[in-house]
Amino acid sequence: MTGTLVDAPAVVVRGVTKTFGERDVLSDLDLTVGRGEFVALLGASGSGKTTLLRILLGLDGPTRGDVFVPEVRTTVFQEPRLVVSMKVWRNVVIGQPRQLSTRERAVAALREVGLEGHADAWPGTLSGGEAQRVALARALVRQPQLLLLDEPFAALDALTRLKMQALVADLCARHQPGVLLVTHDVEEAVLLADRVFVLKEGRISLNLEVDLPRPRRVGGERFDALRNRFLSELGVQQPH
Amino acid sequence: MTGVTDSWVVQELSARMFEKPADAAPPNGLFRPVVEQPRRRRRPVTLTLRALLPAAIFGLWWGFTGTGIISRTELASPSATWSAFVDLLLHQDLLGDIGISASRAVFGLLIGGGVGLLLGVIVGLFALGEEIFDSSLQMFRTLPFPALIFLFIIWFGIGETSKVLLIALACLTPMYLNVSNGVRNVDRRVVEAARTFGLRGWGLVRKVIIPLALPSILNGLRFAAGISIVALVFAETIAANLGIGYLVTQASSLQQVPTLMVCIIIYCLLGITADVVVRILERVTMPWRRHMAVR
Repeated sequence: MTGTLVDAPAVVVRGVTKTFGERDVLSDLDLTVGRGEFVALLGASGSGKTTLLRILLGLDGPTRGDVFVPEVRTTVFQEPRLVVSMKVWRNVVIGQPRQLSTRERAVAALREVGLEGHADAWPGTLSGGEAQRVALARALVRQPQLLLLDEPFAALDALTRLKMQALVADLCARHQPGVLLVTHDVEEAVLLADRVFVLKEGRISLNLEVDLPRPRRVGGERFDALRNRFLSELGVQQPH
Repeated sequence: MTGVTDSWVVQELSARMFEKPADAAPPNGLFRPVVEQPRRRRRPVTLTLRALLPAAIFGLWWGFTGTGIISRTELASPSATWSAFVDLLLHQDLLGDIGISASRAVFGLLIGGGVGLLLGVIVGLFALGEEIFDSSLQMFRTLPFPALIFLFIIWFGIGETSKVLLIALACLTPMYLNVSNGVRNVDRRVVEAARTFGLRGWGLVRKVIIPLALPSILNGLRFAAGISIVALVFAETIAANLGIGYLVTQASSLQQVPTLMVCIIIYCLLGITADVVVRILERVTMPWRRHMAVR
């Protein structure tokens, strides 16, 4: 587990406000993710998670404030977003410079997600979980300093989700990118993250380090305590 | 629509106004993300850009004919064209000719486009439809329709019927090709979902398939509208004594270059009118597309 490396951060957000019409979706938000740190951002629908992610990706600009990101940053979206007209391996190295967009690199990345046998398949023939693993390989092959995960497991079935979460935990531990996982799944956040932010009404309302030993599993006294803490912050009351 | 644009502009302006000066130094090795905002030009700018090339062509025309680099017998000058236009307007009922020609084009387009739409939907939807119609239409497609003028005169006489049908025939295949392709490419999953909710048959076609295939359908309409004007020229060589095509034939045989230029410009204007109509249709019939398409 890596602590916050303040002098070598992967993301710095300072006083960011984003206004749509009259509404401040993000208001004066501060957030730092260290290199190699796995941060989860929890929030209910409409809390501004997606807006923040779009700003970090450069798809939107902040109304006020400063955002700093590293040069190499990649994303796994909620849906795989593969280009259906390209074979799987070409999807993995899409947009890479010619000398880097080789089949070997693509297959090596696919091997890490357990799909080296599907290098020559068309994206349309893959299952949802497989396609999402290709999207993960596509994000990791670039060796990002920052990996943005936008609810990447939300569209998967429960069993596939468990496998994917373990895979992501394993791959992130190995490659050590700074990770910002946007999710509304509290257990997922506690399972994967070094630190969890709760986003409420456009600002960080809770910032807690998750000091559970790895590899983690769902359940146990400390896990439950953390989970309930986050849930109550999100306004969900648990029966005792 | 304007509301959306306005709020977007306000947002942009406020973003610029409140942007902090670059005093906040970026931390080690980090950068501000480059925001790729879609560029929206103001409407006057867009219109100017659209008019730029036609205006340049007009300028060249004026320059070359005015200075005598191109002789007047080869290309009439704008002023000679203008006086020919005024003359036609006053003495030959030019507006009546334009009206007759436009109504022939529109009727032909409606008939041919309608049949093309129907066949396109049938062929796009059903493998059986494709097996029955597609090969014939593909053969039909390569027929140069002017070659049929004589046959049409024999079959339908020299009146309006043969003219309108010739235009209809020319409009049929571009419409058919685009529609059948568009219908075939409608997202199968959405159609399946609609089926499970009880939409079937005509309801499914009308509520789901046609709307989702609209981009292709309107593209077909754009092609067909263009072709209808081309076909008009040929159709109006059939014993016509009214219409722009008639003027063209007459001016050609009498070597009246200024009159020909007037007709060419009128064809250009009919073409751009057809395009504007389709653009408006696109905007009106596909308000949802704005959020999904690249542009």
